[in-house]
Amino acid sequence: MNAVQLFALTPLIVLSASSVVLMLLIAFSRRHVTVAFMTAAGLLATFLCLPAVYPDLPQQVTPLIVLDGYAVFFIGLTLAAAFALVLISYPYLQNRPGRPEEYYLLLLLASLGAAVVAASSHFAAFYIGLEILSVSLYAMIAYERWSLMRLEAGVKYLILAAVSSAFLLFGIALIYAQFGSMEFSAIAARAAEGGITALVGSAMVLVGVGFKLALAPFHMWTADVYEGAPPPVTAYIATVSKGAVFALLLRYVNQYDVLASPQVLLVLTAVAVASMVVGNLLALMQNNVKRILAYSSIAHLGYLLVALVAGGALALTVVSYYLVAYFVTTIAAFGVIAVLSTSERDAAPIDDYRGLAWRRPWLAGVFTAMLLSLAGIPLTAGFIGKFYVVASGVSSALWLLVATLAITSVIGLFYYLRLVAAMFEQVETHATAAREEPVGSFAATAVLAVLTLLLVVLGAYPAPFIRLIAATVSF
Amino acid sequence: MENVSFPYLSLVTFAPLVGAAILLFMNRENQTAMRWVALITMLADLAISLFAYAAFDSTSATMQLRESHVWVREWGISYKMGIDGISLFLILLTTLLGPIVILASWEDIRLRVKEFLVCLLVLQTGMIGVFVALDVFLFYVFWEVMLIPMYLLIGVWGNPARKLYAAIKFVLYTIVGSLLMLVAILTLYYMAGNATGTYTFDLLKLYEFPVPLQAQFWMFLAFFLAFAIKVPMFPFHTWLPDAHTEAPTVGSVVLAAVLLKMGTYGFVRYAIPLFPNAAVDAAWWVCLLAVIGIIYGAWVAMVQDDVKRLVAFSSVSHLGFVMLGMFAFTTQGVQGSILQMINHGLSTGALFLIVGMIYERRHTRLISEFGGLSKVMPLFAIFFMIVTLSSIGLPGLNGFIGEFLILLGAFRVYPWYAVIAASGVIFAAVYMLWMFQRVMFGQVTNAKNLGLKDMSSREVAVLLPIVVFIVWIGVYPNTFLQPMEPAVKNFIRQVETKRTAILSLEKAKKEAVADPASSVKLTASWPTSRQSGGEKQEAR
Repeated sequence: MNAVQLFALTPLIVLSASSVVLMLLIAFSRRHVTVAFMTAAGLLATFLCLPAVYPDLPQQVTPLIVLDGYAVFFIGLTLAAAFALVLISYPYLQNRPGRPEEYYLLLLLASLGAAVVAASSHFAAFYIGLEILSVSLYAMIAYERWSLMRLEAGVKYLILAAVSSAFLLFGIALIYAQFGSMEFSAIAARAAEGGITALVGSAMVLVGVGFKLALAPFHMWTADVYEGAPPPVTAYIATVSKGAVFALLLRYVNQYDVLASPQVLLVLTAVAVASMVVGNLLALMQNNVKRILAYSSIAHLGYLLVALVAGGALALTVVSYYLVAYFVTTIAAFGVIAVLSTSERDAAPIDDYRGLAWRRPWLAGVFTAMLLSLAGIPLTAGFIGKFYVVASGVSSALWLLVATLAITSVIGLFYYLRLVAAMFEQVETHATAAREEPVGSFAATAVLAVLTLLLVVLGAYPAPFIRLIAATVSF
Repeated sequence: MENVSFPYLSLVTFAPLVGAAILLFMNRENQTAMRWVALITMLADLAISLFAYAAFDSTSATMQLRESHVWVREWGISYKMGIDGISLFLILLTTLLGPIVILASWEDIRLRVKEFLVCLLVLQTGMIGVFVALDVFLFYVFWEVMLIPMYLLIGVWGNPARKLYAAIKFVLYTIVGSLLMLVAILTLYYMAGNATGTYTFDLLKLYEFPVPLQAQFWMFLAFFLAFAIKVPMFPFHTWLPDAHTEAPTVGSVVLAAVLLKMGTYGFVRYAIPLFPNAAVDAAWWVCLLAVIGIIYGAWVAMVQDDVKRLVAFSSVSHLGFVMLGMFAFTTQGVQGSILQMINHGLSTGALFLIVGMIYERRHTRLISEFGGLSKVMPLFAIFFMIVTLSSIGLPGLNGFIGEFLILLGAFRVYPWYAVIAASGVIFAAVYMLWMFQRVMFGQVTNAKNLGLKDMSSREVAVLLPIVVFIVWIGVYPNTFLQPMEPAVKNFIRQVETKRTAILSLEKAKKEAVADPASSVKLTASWPTSRQSGGEKQEAR
């Protein structure tokens, strides 16, 4: 490793260092605001390293890590999401019992894991990054260990993530057995050889990745974990965790031309169709906002797979754009849930949202905008994302996938509109008075305002952002 | 940049949005002030549209008052607007109804007035935007955006019992069609881009691209579904009676007068000129559906016991006429069809306003509850009579001109359809006059009707402008037909030339296929739409 390569690694180093500093800080001072502030500062400092290292990229740092424009983009996205979630978590945790400080430490570590996954070019780095991410998430989900619901969600996630890790590890071992290497490039070079061992191995890796992304049929954990976890953590699982793994999947698929194999294409197509159908259909039957968003996220990952299967140069831009739109939307949606949650319980039942538009019009406005974005109504980022996905599907003539997307989107619109309808419902005043209305805090309000603005700007005038993606995102 | 004019169209489109923005920051307690702001915005919008009308050259068939700005260069999306004689009157209809709708809701809506007015203003922007857009992407954005305010209008201010059902049904029906249309738009975009090298959503450039026959079929089908649901044509009409019955009065007015026209306008502007061969080939079937719609709508309207539902089904029947005239592809037919869009907007809009006025007084719309109203409300009876006769198509009022032209145009191509459709006019007379008789004439049987107030001056102000135009079009239709004519002739010529051009192109292709040397290149030029997802490798 030479100095240039080491320099390229700065963002990861700064992020690790901030975790250590934060840990030491907590040992001395347990002031919530200081800790949250330091976390945000650490994330910001790491983010500022990205443009500094960008000119010297791409750099292969050891066989494990590759830092290119693609990795930088997704690390940046991870950091921005984590930053927004720190600001949303602060008032949320402030309202709740228990000591919140270590939560931020876990959040930093999880972000480090996600960054490593996005930048990995080797199965070992991928696995290590994924485990850092997952282990931090177990603890974050069950952070309020006195709550049975949180514990249940944490244990569920622990067991299923462990199973998926086992699949992943076994798959990696099989691939290694055949090719004698865990480097992506070396595997890709010899992929044409085929062989049953590597095929089984790849299938098992795909199962592992499918679990992390909650693609059907590996989606069983999603609704329970989403429901049980604190809203900011749910947002973290939905965005950062899935985003990093998807980034890796796209890198692998796109860089090493995996789609040339008809079997892989068939499997990915089947998984995409299943995810879109299952996600949207199951969401219809839910009366819990967090569960609805859980199933909707399954569907959205299905949409993303369409772009992935479409492949080609377009796929990179499409997936990047879609993920950004999805991040903005999901974080803001869970942000609204976090803001509405009281010290006793989360604002998850749909009944909590009845008449919200008349009680808290701005908050309801934000949530409506997010739901419309998820549904893909124009002038929101979600529309451009969906438009882009359909465009990539059409340009590759994937009629089955495009048709499934169009039809399941209609189903999706139904349950998003149900939520919108609930918010605009007329309710008796005494019913609302029974529930204590939490007060919004400045930090969370600011984040929601910025995200909503971003949503509309990305939706109405995406050109500058598309240029940014086109300029940065490359291998 | 092509000849870009003063941005009348942007102003017309976005003026209501400015009013909505002002409303957002007003005190919600001061309802009267908010209503005035909305009314003044709508009046200003009407004034701007009249200026645009003055600037419009009615002898030219080209798109006028054009505006063009780059929006997303990477995808070839532009902010492009322009109008011709076809869209001109639809815009004027929309802006005319704007202030009327605000006035009509003056006393009807008392709850959440602010949000209601904001919804109406945003809706106005979306509807005008659909009529002025000349970029397919821009069109699609307006087309979908206007769903949300309409959804809220029905879902929040509608009839409590079934409003959510009706609102969601309306949105879902529309969105099924529009998502398929989105897929078709993108297919067209790539197909034209791959063939010509420039990827663009510019409608006028896409007009010039000859779409292969088979692809035309599928894309026309998608566009047809989207627009046929909106029109609504039989058998896609089932959302309409629900939406109309549950919506508040002004919601129904906007829905009937303008929103349905977006579907018929979509056919004239998009589906037919883009895919002329498929459209001409499908004409027989479309006309069949139109005629079924005419008769079916009339028959079902006849047995309704709710006045509003009756008017809703009469819409299905009237729009059947519009579709029949359009797909006859003759000058009279198309001209009549476009005039009939305006006529239907005026008379059905007025009918819904009238139904709303009775409903405000009695809180019921059942025909059996009324009878003899003409004795209690003589002024109201006059207005109601004029509007009813206009809807039936009495000579001297607007409906006659439109239906006459349509039947004339259709008779030259499909005589039998014209004959059957003409019987629809008779049925219309039956259900409308029968309803009128039961509601207005005879003795006052229900004591509750004795004390009803006649129309207030506000209500006269609401209906008077519409009645003026009803008579104007009926007596001197040339004011409206003349500016339309160049555009309509151009439309028919364009369809015909493009259709024959594509046919000869396909013929040349077939001959080339017979010659094996060049066949490979031609079959690989575009994957046919029949392929499904799994067969992707062929496409690559």
